[in-house]
Amino acid sequence: MDLLTFGKTGWGDELFYATLMTIAVSIAALLIGFLFSLIFTPLKLSNNKFLNFVANSYTTVIRGVPELLVIYLFFFGGSGAIMYVASIFGYFEYIEINAFITGSLAIGIISGAYSTEVFRGAIQSIDKGQFEACKVLGFKKHIYFLKVIMPQMLRLAIPNLSNVWQITLKDTSLISVTGLVEIMRQSYIAAGSTRDPLFFYSFAAVLYLMLTFFSMKLINRLEVKYSRGF
Amino acid sequence: MATSLPKLLSAAVVTLKLLSLSLIFGLAIGLLFAILRLNKNPIINKFAYGYSYIFRGTPLLVQIFIIYFGLGQIEYFRSTFLWVVFKEPYWCAIIAFALNTGAYTSEILRSAFQTIKPGIIEAGKSLGISNKIIFYKIQIPVAIRQSLPAYGNEIILMMKGTSLASTVTIMDLTGAAKHIVSTTYKPLEVFLLAGGIYLFMTFLIHNLIKYLEKKYSFQ
Repeated sequence: MDLLTFGKTGWGDELFYATLMTIAVSIAALLIGFLFSLIFTPLKLSNNKFLNFVANSYTTVIRGVPELLVIYLFFFGGSGAIMYVASIFGYFEYIEINAFITGSLAIGIISGAYSTEVFRGAIQSIDKGQFEACKVLGFKKHIYFLKVIMPQMLRLAIPNLSNVWQITLKDTSLISVTGLVEIMRQSYIAAGSTRDPLFFYSFAAVLYLMLTFFSMKLINRLEVKYSRGF
Repeated sequence: MATSLPKLLSAAVVTLKLLSLSLIFGLAIGLLFAILRLNKNPIINKFAYGYSYIFRGTPLLVQIFIIYFGLGQIEYFRSTFLWVVFKEPYWCAIIAFALNTGAYTSEILRSAFQTIKPGIIEAGKSLGISNKIIFYKIQIPVAIRQSLPAYGNEIILMMKGTSLASTVTIMDLTGAAKHIVSTTYKPLEVFLLAGGIYLFMTFLIHNLIKYLEKKYSFQ
């Protein structure tokens, strides 16, 4: 247990900050994912075949390719691509992108593909009469979306979004390959310097279990809140 | 690009081998734990629930690292015959994958068993068929049919999971792509090519499952 003390001798404080980093990356990735689904869900539901195709390719490709490969592509390919663009504008220095930004962007794009599917499913399972009623009552488009469709959609989407959150949280462990010090990377460092991998990786597993456990408790509360009246 | 394609394709075979072995072991583990979950003894079904909760609640990467780096640390363990298996990264990866997919599979099969209409089982009983035969000849085939769509998703998730084998020095598709990138410094082309191969495999698995669903549908 002295391995977990706070201060210079133990790894407690390092692992504590690493856990905060995992939470920060997960939340950033989830929000980036929501941004992506904000763009792609309407495309999926639109009547235009081309827009449908664009949104479908996004979700199919991302869900069909390993997360680790996406992260490698962003991390190793990302700086190359940016340097190429910069070279067009006459900037030839080496550019390194921050691991937090690339990591949360890569996981965010993956998370976005899953949440797009969740939002699409939720909107499609809202009774058609609701849309028609709004039109008949002459509501403006953004008002009927915010006041009528959104609340019903959220109620249907929250249980599935909690799955997306779990997937996103677990995917952040893969960012450790880029050197960002989150739970997995910190355990790797600690295991390397103390030669006690069994203890540190098991402790990492416990940390992840605690994160999933407590976030599920929180999400269940949200679920209760949004299903009032049903 | 032309030189890296054959290397990537032969690495894709490694990925498929990893996938099929983990699925075979995982299905056996999943079936076992699904049956334990349905057991009326609270200790047994709590144990099965704990197993699936732990393996579904932690990242696959942690599980591989515990098995590959962690278990080798135990002195006693290294002197047993099991060490022959656990010193190989290849088998460690397969064990981790099988335990992981086993947890998800047990959940899929459990819910499939629970959604079987009691009428089917009662019909079997009233025809005087023994419990054992009802289980093997009625419950299992129906449960397999019920769980095909969800299991198809699990196969695709597992295929993506095998990319983590590259973190324990195995040259699967992702590992080989990373190796080629480290010698050619062409990350975009090589990773996109590897992604294309993964996508093609996903496509094949997806269609295979669709075909099986049609073949085994009741209607």
